Amino acid sequence: MIASIFDLTLCLVILAAAGAATLGRDAFMAVVFYIVYGILIAMAWLRLGAIDVALAEAAIGAGLTGVLLLAALARVARKAGKEPASAASVPATTIATALAALVITIGIAYAFLTLPEPQGLQGHVAENLAASGAENPVTAVLLNFRGWDTLLESIVLLAALLGIWTLAQDEAWGGRAGLRHVTRPGSVLAQFGRILPPIGLLVGVYLVWAGSKQPGGAFQGGTVLAAVWIVTIMAGLMQAPRVADRALRAALVIGPVIFLALAVAGIFAGAFLVLPPAHAGWLILAVEAVLTLSIAATLAMLVFGPPEPEEKR
Amino acid sequence: MIDLFTIVMTAAGLIFFAAGTLGLIRFPDTHSRLHALTKADNLGLGLIALGLAVQVPGPADLFKLILIWALAILAAGATAQLVARIAAPAGLGDDEKAQDGGSDGQERRRP
Amino acid sequence: MSSWYLLVATGLLLTIAGALWRVWRGPEQADRMMAAQLVGTGGVGVILLLAAMSGDWAMLDVALVLALLAALAAIAFVKSTRGEGEGDPEDDTPEDRASEDGAPR
Repeated sequence: MIASIFDLTLCLVILAAAGAATLGRDAFMAVVFYIVYGILIAMAWLRLGAIDVALAEAAIGAGLTGVLLLAALARVARKAGKEPASAASVPATTIATALAALVITIGIAYAFLTLPEPQGLQGHVAENLAASGAENPVTAVLLNFRGWDTLLESIVLLAALLGIWTLAQDEAWGGRAGLRHVTRPGSVLAQFGRILPPIGLLVGVYLVWAGSKQPGGAFQGGTVLAAVWIVTIMAGLMQAPRVADRALRAALVIGPVIFLALAVAGIFAGAFLVLPPAHAGWLILAVEAVLTLSIAATLAMLVFGPPEPEEKR
Repeated sequence: MIDLFTIVMTAAGLIFFAAGTLGLIRFPDTHSRLHALTKADNLGLGLIALGLAVQVPGPADLFKLILIWALAILAAGATAQLVARIAAPAGLGDDEKAQDGGSDGQERRRP
Repeated sequence: MSSWYLLVATGLLLTIAGALWRVWRGPEQADRMMAAQLVGTGGVGVILLLAAMSGDWAMLDVALVLALLAALAAIAFVKSTRGEGEGDPEDDTPEDRASEDGAPR
């Protein structure tokens, strides 16, 4: 009884937040509602027993994407010299978008409803878990049984960063990513920037390490590490790296490159992306480690944005 | 006995959360809302964590519980400082601008 | 006992709903951000209660991540309200800004 009331309340609050994020006229309000929506969705995933997904949603949805949107909003406002005009689109465009969304929703609903009665894949995963090299079934699926998705995801992140870097002006290219942050030494922000990173590093590394046995993993840990880096730079304690920096570029690509190399090497063990069961354990750990580094670097660079011309200051 | 402690503490925590939310909704300007919020929600979360601390299975989870609360306090303290500084000057009664003429006349005004 | 946890969690959800109202109403950006902070703290509380209810204490990691990242959005918000997205909100006087900017780095 009380469980149903809780679930119903949660659903209503989620719908309210989602509705406000999409229908709100103020862009800043929409971003705040999006952050709130991420927090609520994390709770919903917990109620569904999907702790790994909840962890990813809390880190990426509620945490980093919110920061990304806030930074984007500030950048747009800066470039335009005023608050971006929101919800001022042509009615025809709005109607076309709504219709497209409706058609897609109906299509997905049709595909879902006509699916054969789902057998679930838990049985298959559980049977083969011992050979996967991981004790956490989610990690086993992500890095072994369906490594394709994870490999492509890590490459998509890189593609997104390249897209953002193309926004840089020619004279700014090669400079430090984003704005230079200045804080007064001893201020609240500078102090906070000193206290949080050690704790964040600990939590981030813990999540990666825990990922092989329990919820956690490269994406969640990498996001926390990215957040630590962002806080440190926003607190003015470090400067963002130059986009032409070789160490940075190595950090950005090392995860996808090693994962891809391992996938190709798998051809000799049988097929593309096959991990030999005897070595799967430490191979997964190694891929997780380098993926964490790349994901953390890529996400942080996404938030910093393209390099800005320095002579503006 | 342990369960009773948990019930009392979590109930007290919920009351603080409710009080904080009430302040957030009812108080007339940004700074007093911030004032209501920063006290209530951290104490509320602290009481809930304290109530659950006697239920955890091992020291590792207890440590996590303490860390969660410590992080929440740290973050709330720092962000309250920062948000307060960028909010409008105190006492403007900004709800007056938004609401229909401040009909209840309760807004505190300072010169 | 698990009914009790869910009861308190439902109560927390209601306070979150109250905070959503403030996010909608504003009127200032600071109000919206502050209300989002309350949703974050309330969300951490709900997750703690869900962990206790289900007995799956691995859920605490989700609360840990949420608590850790809660400050990030607020800092990004504060930073984005400064003229160029940089600087310290404590530098309120123009002299401070000038001396900061003029300092060789």
